[in-house]
Amino acid sequence: MALAGTGFWPATATATPEEAKTLIKKIAGGAKLDRGKVKIKLPAVADNGARVSIMVTVDSPMTANDYVKAIHIISDGNPYPETVSFTLSPGVGKAEVAFYMRMAKTQKLYAVAEMSDGSIQMASGQISVTIGGC
Amino acid sequence: MAKEPKIRIPEQVTKGEAFQVKAMIPHPMDSGRRKEKVTGTVIPRLIINKFICEYNGRQVFSADLHTSMSANPYIAFFLRGTESGEITFTWIDDNGESITTSRNISVQ
Repeated sequence: MALAGTGFWPATATATPEEAKTLIKKIAGGAKLDRGKVKIKLPAVADNGARVSIMVTVDSPMTANDYVKAIHIISDGNPYPETVSFTLSPGVGKAEVAFYMRMAKTQKLYAVAEMSDGSIQMASGQISVTIGGC
Repeated sequence: MAKEPKIRIPEQVTKGEAFQVKAMIPHPMDSGRRKEKVTGTVIPRLIINKFICEYNGRQVFSADLHTSMSANPYIAFFLRGTESGEITFTWIDDNGESITTSRNISVQ
């Protein structure tokens, strides 16, 4: 696949940790940010920032009354904190998503899950990026 | 717009079982920040910003993609096998152009 030549983001144009936190607060909408149900799996070191493998799992029975409504991925080191938002339904059966993302530099990645009862669960992970890419 | 997507999905599942779906579409996901190597002109932003999965016409999973997603965006997720039928996948880009593909699933 054509992964080479993906270029670089200018170092100045990155989201700040504050922007990432503001976005998380906006998603939470005043709800308390709980931890424990979300697990984020990412490599400790990414040699190639153009394609970093991420997996997020949320502990939920995924029944009609108790399920994960959405999972938001937020970066604090890319040009924009928004990375990807998944909308789930009880029909998915298991709250687990995996994808590849770009990382401009060493950063913290957040996964915020909106639960069907209105509560918010989150997790974060730190990643070292050797060569940033986009 | 994009080339043919690749879907990996089981042909047959047990009723009630959650099975994994892997979906990838070849696309450069131009973020609007990259420059042409020779001329130095900025390549305009053109990404796939939406992915939708429908199971027998009912939307069960979707994703809003931003510029931080890698080229050739890949998404893996789960679906619960409830009934035999058709699973449809749609990708939509910034220009509103879309590509749709579907797979049949047999639920025993």
